[in-house]
Parts: sequence; C-alpha cells; structure tokens
Amino acid sequence: MKQTAAERIAVADRPKARKEHPVLRSIVRHRQFYLLGLPGILSFIIFKYFPMYGILIAFQDYNPFAGVMKSDWVGFDHFIRLFTDPDFFMILRNALFLSLLGICLFPAPILLALLLNELRSELYKRMVQTVIYLPHFVSWVIVVSLTYIFLSSEIGLINKLLLALGGEKINFLFENKYFYPLIMSQDLWRSIGWGSIIYMAAIAGVDTSLYDAAKMDGAGRLRQIWNVTIPSIMPTIVILFILQLGSTLDVNFEQIWLMQNPLNTHISEVFETYVFKVGVGGGEYSYSTAIGIFKSVVGLALIVAANKLASRRGHEGIW
Amino acid sequence: MGMRLRERMYQLTIGTLLLFVSFTMLFPFLYIAVISFTDAAAYEPNALSFWPSAWSMDAYRLIFAGDGFLNALNSSLFLTVVGTPISVMVSCSTAYMLAKRTLPGRKVMLNLIVFTMLFSPGLIPNYLLIKELDLLNSWWALILPATANAWTLLVMKSFFQNIPHEVIESAKIDGCGEYAVFFRIVLPLSKAMLAAFSLFAAVGFWNTYFNAILYISNSAKWPLQVFLQQVVMSSSMGEFIEASVMQSFKQEVPAEIIKMAAVVVATVPIIVVYPFLQKHFAKGVMIGSVKG
Repeated sequence: MKQTAAERIAVADRPKARKEHPVLRSIVRHRQFYLLGLPGILSFIIFKYFPMYGILIAFQDYNPFAGVMKSDWVGFDHFIRLFTDPDFFMILRNALFLSLLGICLFPAPILLALLLNELRSELYKRMVQTVIYLPHFVSWVIVVSLTYIFLSSEIGLINKLLLALGGEKINFLFENKYFYPLIMSQDLWRSIGWGSIIYMAAIAGVDTSLYDAAKMDGAGRLRQIWNVTIPSIMPTIVILFILQLGSTLDVNFEQIWLMQNPLNTHISEVFETYVFKVGVGGGEYSYSTAIGIFKSVVGLALIVAANKLASRRGHEGIW
Repeated sequence: MGMRLRERMYQLTIGTLLLFVSFTMLFPFLYIAVISFTDAAAYEPNALSFWPSAWSMDAYRLIFAGDGFLNALNSSLFLTVVGTPISVMVSCSTAYMLAKRTLPGRKVMLNLIVFTMLFSPGLIPNYLLIKELDLLNSWWALILPATANAWTLLVMKSFFQNIPHEVIESAKIDGCGEYAVFFRIVLPLSKAMLAAFSLFAAVGFWNTYFNAILYISNSAKWPLQVFLQQVVMSSSMGEFIEASVMQSFKQEVPAEIIKMAAVVVATVPIIVVYPFLQKHFAKGVMIGSVKG
C-alpha cells in the first residue's frame, strides 16, 4: 500500500472536494508517525503522568489496601504537619546548605577551563582532557567506594600515609566535621572536568582579534585572561550560574544516601533520602508524598524563575 | 630571550598544575587496580605499599567463584544489554514523530514532555506505580521507565530536524513510505547520534543504583552497583561469598583486596567504552547545555 509522492501531493492539494475535517485528514495522513511515537508516548503516560495521580494521596490517609479511591481524605493535614515538623526544617536546611556548597564549587570548572586554554601543547591538552572527564562516567557507588578504600581508618591509604609521616589516624568517614568537606571533594572530583567542557567551548568562541589588540597594548598572559577571556565568556558564566540557582534543592541524593551513616543523619538527611526512609521504609506514604510534593513545587518555581531570568539575558532558556 | 624563558616558565607552571589535577583523577583507579593483585601472604594491612611484592589473582578468582557477584554481574549485563536498545529505539522513533513539524498535536505533546523535566510527583507515587504494575523485584522496573526521558527526546528531535529536507523528499520520490524513510534513510544517517545515546544509556543502566534499591529487594536480583556497595561497606566478606568458596583457597584473601577487586570489575566496562564515549560526549553536552 505504498503511496507515491505524486499521489500524496495530489491528495493534499485536492481543493477540499470532500468536506472532511482538515485536522482529521491531517491526522490520518500522519498515522505512520503516530505509530512510531506510540511506544514513547505510552511510556510517558504510564511512567510520568500516571504517577501524577498519586499526588492525591498527599491529601489522604492513604491505605495501601483500600487504594487511592477508597482512602480517607484529610485535606491539607499532612502539609500542616510538615510545617510544624522539626525534621522538615532539618532536611530543608540540609538541602539548602548542600546547594550552597555546590554554588561554592561553581568557579572550579571555569578555572580549569582557563588553565587548559593556556596550554600551548595540543597533545598534552587532549591527554589532560581525556583523564579529567573520566570520573563523570563512574557511578556514585564507585566514587564512594573509592572514598572508603582511601579514607577508612583501618585500611585507608591516606591514614597509612599519615601514620608513616608520624601523624595520627583521622576518622574521616565517621566524624561529622568531615562530612561536608568529603561531599564537596567527591563532587569536585567527579564533575570539575565535565563542567569545564562548556567553558572550553565558550573560550574557543572568543574573537582572536581581541587578543591581538590586547597584545598590542602590551597585555601579558594574565592580563589577557582577565581583560579579554573572562569578559568574553561572562554571558555563559551568568547563564550557567542562574541555571544552577534554579536547581537549588536538587542535590546528588545517591551520593548523600551512600555517605549517610547513623551518626550524621542530622546533617545529611535530604528530601529524597528522608522520603525513602519514611515512605518506603516506614510506610507513611501520604506524609512522605506531601514532602516530595513540597520539594517538587518549590523546585518548579525556582527553575521557572531562573529560566525567566535567563531569557531576559538573551538566552533562549532551557526549553 | 627573557620573554621566551618567561613563557616557558608559564607553560611549565600550568602544565604541572594540570598534571596534578589529572593525577588525582587517575591515581585512585591505578592504585586499586595494582593493589587488588597483591598476594594475600604478601599483604600487610598497616604498611604503606604502592606495588605488591608478590602478585596473585586470588581476589578475582574468589569473587567470580561466588554466586552473589555473578548474579549481580548478570543483572547488570541484562539491564545494559536489554535496556539500552529498547530505550534508544523507543526514544528515537518518538523523537522522529516529534520532529515532524506538520503533525497535529505536536505542540501539546512537546509541552507535556518538557513539563516532566520540570516537575516530578516524587518518589512515592513512582514507587506505588511500580507496585501497582507488579514490577517490584523485576528488572523491567529499571528498564521501562528509562524509555520516557525528556532530555534524550528533545536532543534527538533537534537532531532529526537538522537532517536536510531534500534527503527525505528524494527518498519519497523513489517510492519510500514513511517507515522506509525512517528505518532505511533517517536511522542510517543518524548512526553517530545513535552511538552516542546508546553509550549514554548503557552507562546509565550499568550505573543504576538508587532505583534498584527502591524497587528491588530480592538480593539475588541486585544489579552490580548495589552489590558492590554492600561489599565495600561491610566489614566481613562472609555474607557475600559462601564459606565453601572461601575455604577452597589455600590462604584467606583479605577483605580489602576483595573490595578493591570488586571495584575494579565494576569500573572496567566503563573504562573500556570510555574512548568511544569521549568521541561523542563533548557534542552531547553541548546540545544538552542548550536544551536543559
């Protein structure tokens, strides 16, 4: 049943001889496209939109045996409980603090990209790039496993080194004062190289005549970075900074989950880990759904605001 | 001359700094790879060592002799080998539909897809859905939801939209139907893009962790990352390796060496595909940064 293109054009151009709905006809004409997209659209409906209906249980006392239809409605009770729950403020504070630490790491990939750009040897540059992108692809489980292998007080290489140098062992993994520094180091190690890619691209796009002009004016290498490179990539920096602000509250919860231990939950608990423990572990489905919704709604507001801000700066935004 | 020397010093300083950065990225992998081959008799838990005095494959033989590790490896291979083509094919054909500008309902579908990037109902509704679908403790709970990935769809869509119109039109004039155009013309033209997304998807499946602990409670079905995490954080290996297997070795292999060997095995596939990944990902992250 193959139609030739000529026939197709003839069908499309026929001046509405039969007065069918043009939309309906267009749909029929695109049927093969709909069929190609069907599995994906079904997948979105089932795995992304069907759970939206689960939001209802935040307004119920959900009983897994009765189901969503027959559970008792309680209105905003769970949200009222949320705002009076010290746990809630603890996880909000932790999530905000971890996001703030993430923002502190924001300049690191920029610095790395500036350094890489200064290298004259292309071969050496490519070798460094190959190595520094690698950690991005290993799982958080491996990152945390390496942390354990290197820092544990029994077998850790760092502690063996400290001992060999005549120092004392440090309990990096179970002393709370090391928790945030460890999270930051892991984050830096895993993402600095990957994060530098976008800045490398921005630097590559800088107009070279600007450098020539700066050289004529007698600017040295550092002056050129400061007066040419950085101002030229500023728009990229600003946009990425705004977008990062938009994802405040989004922490690497796999990383946090893996680094958690019973001693540090008061500084490490974040939305996802708490919802997992209280919801799936403790069976408090309704309350933990309410917490999840709080996070999603605030996250949505932040990202929409960030995108508004970004498009005001002439960026096409993220959608 | 003075200028040349200063430039040299400058290059040397920057080169050294970057050498140090690269070293911190690479050293952990090199160290565990080397130490994991230490012979148990030569291993001194408290000594600082960067090179084994005697070599042995015992740790590797031990982990491959136990059921736990093989099961985990099997799970992860299944997820990666089955999940990758499914998720890439579904995303790809859906993206092709969305790339058709004249398609009725396209805007609505695109908006609904973008919305899923911005708002998620959260962990519990997802968990309850998987439970309702009776997919708890099934690998499909980790594979099927991965077919609904908004970011992948949007990037693939913009790729298809950049395929020159003439190519498709001329195929149609040659008598190709829409399916033939997609499978015989568009897909072969998109090999590089498909390779990139297959690699991304494969790495994602191989690294699956949190969803696995959420949906899979049966330890025989755990993927490698979950098993690895249990092994590394545990102080005794007895839970993971059967006593009979342990006893079949003439000397007890230290837990630390087993842990390192386990991390090495979980990392090797990533290192192996990494050169291919590297070829494609810079482009991927560029498109990705424009579109979320």
